[in-house]
Formats: sequence, structure tokens, C-alpha cells
Amino acid sequence: MSPKSVLLWTMQAAVFWLVLFIPQLIVFLLVSSPPTWELALMVATLVVGLVHTAVEPSWRYRVHRWETTPDAVYTLSGWLNQEWRVAPVSRIQTIDTKRGPFQQLLGLATVTVTTASAAGPVEIEGLDHEVAQQLVVELTNTTQATPGDAT
Amino acid sequence: MPTEVPSGLPAAPEFTEPLAEWHRLHVRMLVVRPLNEGIAMLVPILVLLFTGNGEKWRLFASGVTVAVILAFSYFIWRTTKYRITDDQVELHTGLLTRKQLAVPRDRIRTVDLTSKPGHRVFGLSAVRIGTGQQDTPGTDGLTLDAVTQEEAERLRVLLLQKAVTHKAGAPGTASPGEPHAEVAVPESEVISQLDLKWLKFAPLSLSGLVAIGAVFGVLSNYADDLGLHPVQDLWEWLFEHPSFTLLGAFVIALVVLGLVLSVPLYILQFWNYRLTREPDGTLRVQRGLLTTRSVSVEEQRLRGVDIQEPLLVRAGRGAKAVAVTTGLGSKGESNLLLPPAPLSVAHQVSRDVLKVEDDPTTRKLRKHPFAALRRSLIRHVVPWVVITVGLAIWAPSWAWPIPVAIIPFAALVGWDNYRSLGHALDDRYLVTRNNSLVRSTVALQRTGIIGWRIRRSFFQRRSGLMTIGATTAAGAGVYHVTDVGESDGLALADAAVPDLLRPFLIDTSTVEGQAERNV
Repeated sequence: MSPKSVLLWTMQAAVFWLVLFIPQLIVFLLVSSPPTWELALMVATLVVGLVHTAVEPSWRYRVHRWETTPDAVYTLSGWLNQEWRVAPVSRIQTIDTKRGPFQQLLGLATVTVTTASAAGPVEIEGLDHEVAQQLVVELTNTTQATPGDAT
Repeated sequence: MPTEVPSGLPAAPEFTEPLAEWHRLHVRMLVVRPLNEGIAMLVPILVLLFTGNGEKWRLFASGVTVAVILAFSYFIWRTTKYRITDDQVELHTGLLTRKQLAVPRDRIRTVDLTSKPGHRVFGLSAVRIGTGQQDTPGTDGLTLDAVTQEEAERLRVLLLQKAVTHKAGAPGTASPGEPHAEVAVPESEVISQLDLKWLKFAPLSLSGLVAIGAVFGVLSNYADDLGLHPVQDLWEWLFEHPSFTLLGAFVIALVVLGLVLSVPLYILQFWNYRLTREPDGTLRVQRGLLTTRSVSVEEQRLRGVDIQEPLLVRAGRGAKAVAVTTGLGSKGESNLLLPPAPLSVAHQVSRDVLKVEDDPTTRKLRKHPFAALRRSLIRHVVPWVVITVGLAIWAPSWAWPIPVAIIPFAALVGWDNYRSLGHALDDRYLVTRNNSLVRSTVALQRTGIIGWRIRRSFFQRRSGLMTIGATTAAGAGVYHVTDVGESDGLALADAAVPDLLRPFLIDTSTVEGQAERNV
């Protein structure tokens, strides 16, 4: 996991909370006599948002792990709720890379490994772009070497 | 488009197999589609016609509506064609958006024949072909709607048999002159069929209430179109004149009506129910009084069985059985193996379908830790407490005792939910049981497991529990072993699919302390 992913998650969290906060602020400033609950809600949003943005990314970074072996792909993700996902290489259907705007800015990428199950994509977030490319090539090669229709 | 479609196509018995030329859907669909789909438009049209004083524009509007429906079904018929080649089934359809669907024949897992009443009057049947792909909502697989019933039956045998002959290594053995009568092998082994004693489970399955809900939804839709809002009016009226006797009477009337309706509904859905094993290696479920269905599942693709026991049906020692397989949408219960029936019958069906000595879902299940009971109780009770508090603050004062009255029942359900939890492993199946309101015991083939999702929420970690999800290509996509003890759960996952989790288990034991990571 690239250390830059902390920055990525911080940006994502900040944007999320700003989207919630700014409309409230505008309403608060435009309405002549805003009710107190509106002020309370705004302060609550601000406090929760700040704490979440400060804590979640580094906590998440401490938790997140990934690993591939010739037989399987493995990830651990989350922060409060944590989830391990394991997919055997022999059951891999597709391997995608995805880069959002923030990820492009930071030179990061997400590799998604899907199996035939609708519930089982394994996502490896926050990889350095080159590492991601390399991983995709590696996985593609091992997958192609495995026979069967992977269901 | 090869416009030279042979005339009198459906009746022609001299068809050779496989069909290489393009075929149209049956011409009777010109009438059947408006019948099936136009029924929904019937009420608005009638309303339009008869609410005024016979003004001309009303006649005109109704006429146009009917004409549009007819033209629409004509264009669908005109632009839809299919063919079955040696390798694949192809369907071209669509007027404005042309769609070309092709399904490789060796990937066909299921064939589902459905005849709605409109179809049956004209001797037609819709054929839905399912592959291993998971159904995404909105897509409908490849559906031929519709061909004659004989043609549908022939396609069913042809499409599924091909899968078998391919495996036997004898593809393309059909000579051009071969009569298709040879394809239809009539012998099949009956695993289960409808017993009228099962009707006692109809009221217990609450299907009547569900049906009332559905009818109510449709009716209130029409009412909305007419500018009436009966539900809203009723609510407002109720808020102004709160009356428990009236409410009670309403609930009782609803329950009685639901009970009365459930029996004819059961008959409607499951009349002539038969579960058979066909000689071509498929399992076939046939059922239905007005709308008949025949669902065929390639046996090799069956990944397990799910015994479902809705609370009341369970109280009457009943259950229904559902197939865990690829290629079937859950829409319209196409994966149903057995309608609500005695539990012993469900176990017998499960045993026969899986071809095992005794049903894996009858295994003695390992119980989950006591902490799971606490979690189950909290999860079931807390939402009602929240609702109570919310109502106490914002609703009229008579409202909040209602959720308070529900809380004991919620606690009971939570307790029962904990009692349901359990798992077992034998040499071929992973068995897991979940839920209380619809208790579900799933036997999943261990070879069908294609990955793990192991989840520990914040509270689960504090009480040393985890929820293990076995992902699979079949059925729901993932089946959970809920709130199992950590070491127990990991041991289970490791034993169920050897060598998959093991390399990582060393990691997981040290994961909390060590900063060993990929950079």
C-alpha cells in the first residue's frame, strides 16, 4: 500500500464532509434568523467531519494490507469494520485498474479482481501506479496459465 | 435480414436439427403480447372511455392507445429473429435500439419455459435461456417470447442435451435428415410431486398477505392516476380519530382475507408441481395452474440446496427447498425446487437432488459462541427502541406504545435468530444456518466456493466474533456463517477449501502487532 493513500483518503473524506457542510453554511448565512437546531447540526457536522478526516485515513492505513501468491489474492481493508477478502487465482475472471481524479493526481491506482461470484470482487486500493501495472501483468499471466472456466 | 422465412413454420415437423436458418417468434404473439401486456392498460382505457359523456377526443385517445400497443407488438415481432447454430443461440431484436444476443451453447445452464394465460390460450410458451453469468437486475438473459409449446419443449431438450453430448465428446452427430422425434426421450425419474396435504402450509406461508399487498399497490396506482389518494386520506383520518377498535378490526380482516386467499394462491402457483430428473442430466420443475412454468437446471451446475423455513411454516414443521445454482434469476422464484411442504419431504428432495445418502442440511450444526446471542438481541431490539424514542418525541402520544409492544417479540426473534445460527462441514458440503423469520439452511458444495469474505465489525472484534462469507458463482453469490468464533471460523474456512486461506493465516495471527506490509 502506498503511503500516499493516506493523503488520498484524507482528500476523499474532506470532500465528503465539505459537500455536507457548505450547503448548511450557505443556508445559515442567507436565512435572516436561523433556528438553533440548524446551528447545532452545522457544528456537529463540522466536529464529526474534522475528527473523521483526521482519524480515519491513518487508521485505515494501519489496517489495509494486500498480498498475492501464485495461488491467491488477498486483501484486508476497512477501519472500524474490517474485511478480509480472498480469491483463488484459479477462479479469477477479470482484472481491472481504475484511477479516479484524486488517484491520478497522486499517481495511485485501484486494482479490482473479480470472480464469477457477484459478491466477491477483491479491490486493492491505493497502489502506486507502476506497482498496479506490474501486478495486473503478473496476475494476468498466472490466470492465463490456469485452465478451466473458473466457475 | 433473410426475409424468406418458411411459411407455416411452427407446424413443420420435418425440421432438421440443428436449426441454422433464422426464425421468427410465433405470429400469434401479435395477439398474445397485447393480451399479456395490454391488460395493464385496460383499466386506464376503460376509465378514459366511460368517465366522460362520450366526447370525441376520448374515443380518439383510446383508439390511439390501442393502435400504439398493436403497432408496438407488431414491430417487436417483425424485428425479432433467432437461430440455433452448432455453437450458439442467437437472438436479434429491437426496433430503435438493435440488440444482438448470442449465447454459446456449451454455456447454457438452465432453460425456463413460462406460459402466461395469454400464451396458453394460443398454445405458446416463452423460453428463457440462462448461462453461468450472474443475473444483473434489468437484464433478462436471452428470452424467446414466444414460440409454440412443442417448439419450446423441443428447444429445451435440444439446448440442454447439446451440453451433455459436448461433454461426451460427440458434438455435431446430428445428420441433416434426422427426425427430431428422437430427441424427445420421455423417461424421467420423479423426485417429488404435489400432495394436496401440503395445502395446509399455504396459510402459514403468508402468501395471501403478500398478494393483498401487491393488489393494493396496483389499485392505489390506478387511484393515483384518477386523482384519488385513499391511503393518504385514510392516514389523515386516522390521525384525527385514533380508534384502536377500528385498527384492530382492520388488521383482523386483513389476516382473515390473507388466510382465505392463500389457498387458491398456492394452487395457482404450484398446481401440477413435479420435480423430475430428466435423462439428459437436468433437474426439471414444472408447476402452475394458469401461468405454467417449467424450469430445467443442468445438474452438474447445481452447487447446493437451500432449505427455507419461514417462521410460521417452520412452526407447522414445514419448509421449502430452493436450488443453489448458476443461471437462474431469483425473479419469480425460478430457483424453487419444492413449494412449502413437510420438512421431511424437503429433506428427501434435498437428498435426492444432491444424490447423497443423507441430506447434509440435517447434519448436527456446531453452535456459535454466547457473544453471538448478545449481538443478535442488540441488533433486533435497538431499532425498535430508537423508533419508540423517535415517536415519543415527534408523534402523537398514542403512537409510541406500539413499538414498545413489539420489543418483546423483537427480543424473541433475536433469541431465535441466535438459536438458528450454526455451521457444519462434511466431506462435500459446507452447511450454514441463518435467520429467524425465514430460517435458511444452506448446503453449499465445497468445490463451489470461489473465495472468502471475512468480516469483523467494530463490535464483532470486541467480542471475538466474525462473519465468514463463502463466495460462489451460484445462487445468492455469497453465503454467510454469521457471528462465529474467530478461531472456529478460520479453522472452518481453512478446512472447507484447503490451501486457500492457509498462507494468509500465519499473517492473520500476527497481523495486529507486525507492520509487515507491501509498499
